[in-house]
Amino acid sequence: MRIGVDVGGTNTDAVVMDGRTVLASHKAPTSENVSDGIVAAIGEVLRRADASAADVRTVMIGTTHFTNAFVQRQHLLPVGIVRIALPSSRGIPPLSDWPADIAEAMGPHHHMITGGYQFDGSVADPLDEGAVAAAARSLRNAGIATVAITGLFSPVNPAMEVRAAEIIRQEMPDAALTLSSQIGRMGILERENAAVMNASLAELSREVVGSFRAALTRLDIRAPFFISQNDGTLMSAAFVERYPVLTFASGPTNSMRGAAYLSGLEDALIADIGGTTTDIGVLRNGFPRESSLSVDVGGVRTNFRMPDVLALGLGGGSLVAETDAGLTVGPRSIGYRLTRDALVFGGDTLCATDIAVAAGYAAIGDASRVAHLSAALVQAAVQRIHRIVAEGVDRMKASATPVPLVLVGGGAVLIRDAIGGTSEVIVPEHAGVANAIGASIAQISGETDRVFAYEAVGREAALEEAANEARDKAVAAGADPATLEIIDREEVPLAYMPGGAVRIRVKVSGDLDLARSGDTA
Amino acid sequence: MKLTVEDLPDIATGAALLGTGGGGDPYIGRLLAMHAIEAFGMPEVIDAAALPDDANVFTIAMLGVPTVLGEKAACGDDVDLAVRSLEQYLGRRADALVGIEIGGINSLLPVMAAARLGLPLVDADGMGRAFPEIQMVTYNVYGVPATPLVVTDDHLTSLVVDTRDAAAAEGLVRVASVQMGCSVILSSYPMTGEQVKRTGVHGTLTLALEIGRAIRHGRETGDPVTALVDYLRTTPYYNQCEVLFDGKVVDLSRETRGGFNMGFCHLEALDGSRRRLEVTFQNEHLVAREGGRVRCIVPDLIALVDRETAAPVPAEALRYGQRLKVIGISAAPIMRTPESLAVFGPQAFGLDDPFVPIEQLGD
Repeated sequence: MRIGVDVGGTNTDAVVMDGRTVLASHKAPTSENVSDGIVAAIGEVLRRADASAADVRTVMIGTTHFTNAFVQRQHLLPVGIVRIALPSSRGIPPLSDWPADIAEAMGPHHHMITGGYQFDGSVADPLDEGAVAAAARSLRNAGIATVAITGLFSPVNPAMEVRAAEIIRQEMPDAALTLSSQIGRMGILERENAAVMNASLAELSREVVGSFRAALTRLDIRAPFFISQNDGTLMSAAFVERYPVLTFASGPTNSMRGAAYLSGLEDALIADIGGTTTDIGVLRNGFPRESSLSVDVGGVRTNFRMPDVLALGLGGGSLVAETDAGLTVGPRSIGYRLTRDALVFGGDTLCATDIAVAAGYAAIGDASRVAHLSAALVQAAVQRIHRIVAEGVDRMKASATPVPLVLVGGGAVLIRDAIGGTSEVIVPEHAGVANAIGASIAQISGETDRVFAYEAVGREAALEEAANEARDKAVAAGADPATLEIIDREEVPLAYMPGGAVRIRVKVSGDLDLARSGDTA
Repeated sequence: MKLTVEDLPDIATGAALLGTGGGGDPYIGRLLAMHAIEAFGMPEVIDAAALPDDANVFTIAMLGVPTVLGEKAACGDDVDLAVRSLEQYLGRRADALVGIEIGGINSLLPVMAAARLGLPLVDADGMGRAFPEIQMVTYNVYGVPATPLVVTDDHLTSLVVDTRDAAAAEGLVRVASVQMGCSVILSSYPMTGEQVKRTGVHGTLTLALEIGRAIRHGRETGDPVTALVDYLRTTPYYNQCEVLFDGKVVDLSRETRGGFNMGFCHLEALDGSRRRLEVTFQNEHLVAREGGRVRCIVPDLIALVDRETAAPVPAEALRYGQRLKVIGISAAPIMRTPESLAVFGPQAFGLDDPFVPIEQLGD
């Protein structure tokens, strides 16, 4: 059996899974020290499943900790920034266009160094190794503990980034090193931004991953554990320690994957209805559809792989009010005060959960406290809630064909009637812990993103080579080769470039190979 | 026109719209301009009318593959070198710079160049949009030679090209640019103040700024696409415009042909009517057809924008499932003359359909 855990800002959820079966689930408050909350949640869920630590074969954890830390500018280290691209890109120094507060937290430790590749991976300029060593000594003297290294066209050829890391390692043996080619796509500024974000989280990632390890040790769980990333696949704990930025936005991904699993659907719309917001996403082939626009995280531009999610101001805590313009639901919410301020909990604020109870959709709190609400009011609020979701669904749908809508999250009880544009509305069992379930079923992936010359190698051979590279990466990351599937493939011909130059992005994923060892707690 | 650093994001948004799918990411141009202004100060932006007839004016632009531009932007010295080399070859100094292409990255690259070189920048360009090739500009249409021109790269290689016509220069420069890393700086069309006044598309930097502002204000009030269209209707060039379609990308094909990004994008209406719109592109969008009927055709502008935010979506970023509004926009009158249509009308892109102004295509 395996355990899925979702460490959120408010709750830590845990599930025990055996194959496709959810044996037990539990929600516990997230603790100040992350470890205690995990110990409480896993301890309880094991008790409920009547299982022991020795039965656990693997643990999968999803967390929003790193996203929250970056957005709230907490626990961030100043970063040494090494860019290997001169003479190119001198016109745009590192941290350009970052919000002033966070740029200040990163510090002024930039070094722009000669080197880098052309678009086809050939050398544009040899690496100035002396300048790298000098930069490293300067960073060491400034007391810098973490360094982000970004090279020109490193997604095509990472060799200079790797060499620079070796040189820096000699001068700064204890520093955390981030290579942009490990985390980003083409687009040097966005890739460098991601590398710098990642480097700034180096200390927190050791702490948090350490807390995860400590929790499992305290529970006497000796199974390997993994952490989920934003595309619904897993990373080893050791990898997350080095690349925490890849967990950004993994929360919506886990809830969508969990919803897919619980409903058994591969193509559907998913609405995760929480206390304050509803996230609507699209599931294609069992994976979330990714956003194609550049994504700002905490005000910083990135090109991360992120699910394309529409956030609506509707949740279980949404305020219900009668105004001159008619009845409104949300976007303001009583949020975490729901269990104190909602009518059904003895408070005096009318919220969406009260409507669900009054309408007979849910048995939450004390139903007698909403008995006085007029049938007309309840009816109008129910219709408004359904209309908000229906409009969101319409905005996210990729075709006019009705598709199933799967509801997850604690606020799923708000919806009972049909939603326009959907073929059916499904609220699966265990919908409240879909995030933890999504983490528990995450897969291992590998991705290639580089330019091929079709006239030289032919399209079929190029696609095959790209897929093989991606498969090798997935297997190296711990996937079972027998289960690998291509989950995404994209070809973008490069305008103006002759020779049939095409950028190919291929991603494969497969089940975790449990026969091989991961990170043992 | 008095420019401020705060204007740059709005210009970038407006330039992305006028890029009609191509032109390169103006975000990079914005950052280049921002840093140049920090180091060298804000350049003076002047109306073409303020130029003396005998002033020496050069264009400045970046040329290359959009994906490569995202990795390898100008270093600055390459920009200076292009202008200085052209001055040296001609034996005369530039008195001002002017843009060649307001759509995309080349909206703001001239701002960077003008700041670095301490030259005034003329509020004008040669198309009021984006086009893929060097000869596709009004300067060429109305008799300004494209050459001599200078191409430079980040290694400070410089190449002077002097040909009998602009199309021949395009052929040579395209080959050279690949050898130079697919991202080069180009200073071309050396001309007089009188020629800028007579052959340019005037006021386009201001228009890009105002378009970006309209979209931003629209986002604050809730309906950016309507705000955008309302603004365009008040402009001297783009006043014939309409939302042609509101749909989702349901099919997409892209291929490289003749060194260009060719393809089409099919959208299906969101209203369940099964109506479909096909947009064909060669780097920039060329024609929008509904059921075989032309709704808008080059040189009129076809912009694809996110239906919620009005963020312009470049052809390289089109993805299956995107929800977009397609806006058809009239080109400047100088772009719709028989002389102009011969250089960048539908036939210049291999299309059989004649040019019909968007206002005559109706619903």
